[in-house]
Amino acid sequence: MSEREPLMPDQLTHGWLTQRVSALVLERRPPRSWRVGVVVCALLTLVFVIGLSHLFATGVGIFGLNIPVAWGLPITNTIWWIGIAHAGTLISAVLLLTRQRWRASINRFAEAMAMFAIVCAGLYPVLHLGRPWFWYYLLPYPNDMGLWPQWRSPLVWDFFAIATYLLFTSSFLYLSLLPDLASLRDRASARATRLFYGVLALGWRGDALHWARYERATTIMAAVAAPIVVAVTGIISLDLAVSIVPGFHFTIFPPYFVAGALLSGFATVAILAVVLRWMFALEDLVTRQHLDYLGRMMLIFVVIVNYAYTQEMFAAWYSGEVEYRYVYLDRWTGPYAPAWWGMILCNVVLTQLLWFRRVRRSPLAMLALGITTNLGMWLERFQIVFTSTHADYMPSNWDTVWPTGWDWAIYAGSLGLFGLLLLLFVRLMPMISMHDMRAQIADRGRDG
Amino acid sequence: MAKPMGWLARLPDEGALSAAVQQLRAQGWTRLQVFSPYPIEGLAEALGHRSRWSGPVILLVALGAAGAAFAMQWYSAVIDYPFVVGGKPFGHWAPFALVTFAMGLLGTVLAAIIGMLAGNHLPQPYHPAFDVPDFADASDDGFFLLLAADDPQAGDEPAVHQALEAAGARIVAEVPT
Repeated sequence: MSEREPLMPDQLTHGWLTQRVSALVLERRPPRSWRVGVVVCALLTLVFVIGLSHLFATGVGIFGLNIPVAWGLPITNTIWWIGIAHAGTLISAVLLLTRQRWRASINRFAEAMAMFAIVCAGLYPVLHLGRPWFWYYLLPYPNDMGLWPQWRSPLVWDFFAIATYLLFTSSFLYLSLLPDLASLRDRASARATRLFYGVLALGWRGDALHWARYERATTIMAAVAAPIVVAVTGIISLDLAVSIVPGFHFTIFPPYFVAGALLSGFATVAILAVVLRWMFALEDLVTRQHLDYLGRMMLIFVVIVNYAYTQEMFAAWYSGEVEYRYVYLDRWTGPYAPAWWGMILCNVVLTQLLWFRRVRRSPLAMLALGITTNLGMWLERFQIVFTSTHADYMPSNWDTVWPTGWDWAIYAGSLGLFGLLLLLFVRLMPMISMHDMRAQIADRGRDG
Repeated sequence: MAKPMGWLARLPDEGALSAAVQQLRAQGWTRLQVFSPYPIEGLAEALGHRSRWSGPVILLVALGAAGAAFAMQWYSAVIDYPFVVGGKPFGHWAPFALVTFAMGLLGTVLAAIIGMLAGNHLPQPYHPAFDVPDFADASDDGFFLLLAADDPQAGDEPAVHQALEAAGARIVAEVPT
C-alpha cells in the first residue's frame, strides 16, 4: 500500500486548522446547498409534525398495523434508526481505543449522526404506543396504582437500553465538543456568540491536568461504548428472538442485528462524509482515503451480514419444522417477496462493488452505495418484521398488511428531522474535531 | 502595585513546553500550570499528577448502579408486585440481567464524566489567565506556562523571569489577581 495518500494536507498547521474549522461556524455565510438542504428538511419536518398531530388525535389506526402484523413500520424504523446510530459510536470509541488516525476528521459528525439517529429511533416506540402520553409507565417510579414494570418483558429492557444509549451518546458528544467550544469562545467576536460558547465550554482552558483527566474519562467511556452498542441492538433483537414466532426465534439474532446495524451506520457515515465535504469544501480534510477506509469497514460488515443471511436460512431448514421452512418459502415467493429480493440486491449483490479500490475512493460511488445499503438494511428490517408475523403457525391467522400513507409520511418526516438537526448542528458546532486533528498534526510532526 | 497572581510565559512548541516543565520542576518550582491546545503525553505526570482514584471509584459506582438496579427489580418482582407469567419463578436472575447490565454501564458513563468535571473544578467560567489577551491562543496553537506568585521560591520578579527565560519561555504578561 505504498500509494496511500496522506490523511491531511502537508501544509496543515494548528493555526490554519483552527482558523478554517471555526470560520465555518463563526464567519462564513452558509453555502447555498446548505440553505436548500435546510429548507427541504424543514418542510419534511413539518410533514412529521403534521403526521404526529394526526396520530395523537386519531390513534395508531392511521398506521398499517393489524393483527397479526402488530409492529409494522414504526418498529421497522426503530431498528433501522438505532442501527445507523451505532457506527457513530463505533467510530468515536472503538477507533479511538485502537488509535486509528483516520477517525480524527470524521468522528465529530459521526457522533452527531449517532445522537440524532437515536432521537429518531427513540421516538418510534413511543409513537407506536396506543396512548403515547403514558410512555412514562415504562419507568419504575413510585405510583399510587401500586404497579411496577414487567421485568421479564424485552420491551422494558429496550426502554432501558435506548435510554442508556441516548445518555451515553449525548455525554460522549459533549465531552468531545468541550475543548472545541473553548476554541470557538476564544475566536468569537460578537459578545452574544462569545457568551453562548463560553457558557457551553464551562471555562475549559487546556490545563495539562485537565487534559489528563479528560483523556482518562474519554478512554473509560470509549471502553464501555462497545458493550453498550452490543447491548442496545442485542436487546432490540431480543424483542423478536424471545418470542416463538417463526422468523423471529433465532439465536443468531443479537450478533446478526449488531453487524447489520454497523453496516447501515457506516453506510450513513459515508453518505454524510461525501455530502459534507462537498457542501463545505473539505476535500482535503475528509479525503478519498477516508472514504476508502469507510468502504472497508462497510465491507467487513457486509461479509458478516451475508454470512448471517445464509445461517438464518440454514437454521430454518435444519430445524426441520415446517413453519420455519415455510417462512423462507414465503419470503422468496410470498406477497413481501420484492422486499426480500430487494434486500439481496442491495446488501449482497451491489455491496460486492466495495471490493474494488476505485469504487471505495469514488465519492459518487460511495454516496450511491451508502444509499442502496441503507435501503437494503431497511428492507431487511421490513421483511423480518412483516413476513415473520403475517403468516405464523395458524393459517386461519394469516393476513397481509401494508403500510399506509401516514406510515410513509412519518417515515419521510423523520428523515427530514434527522437531516434538519444535523444541518443545524454543523452550523452551530465545529464539524471537525479540532483537538483530535491538532494531536494528529503533532503526531505527524513527531514521525517526521 | 498589588502582587500579581503569577506570570504567564509562552513556548514555541510542545517539545519546548515539556522540556521547560521538567527543568522548572527539577529546580523546585511547584506552583506551575501548563496549557496546551491538545493533550500532550507525559505532561501531567511531569507535573506530579497521578490518577490513583478514578479507576476504582468509577468501578465502584458502576457496581453500585448495577447492584441497585438488580435490587430494585428483585424487590418489585418478588416482594412488592409478584405477578405470574407462564408459571415462571419470580426471583430468577436471568430476566433481570439486561437492565442490571445497562444500568452498570450508565453508572460508568456518568461517573466518568461527572468525575472528570469535578476533578477539574469545572465549570469554572473565570480564570485569571483569561485576562491576558494572548491566552486565547491556548485553544489554537499556543503553549503556555503559568508560574503562580504564591510559589515558595517566587521571591522577587527578576528571579522568576530569569528562571522562566532560562527554561526557554518568553514572558507574555503578568497575570493580575
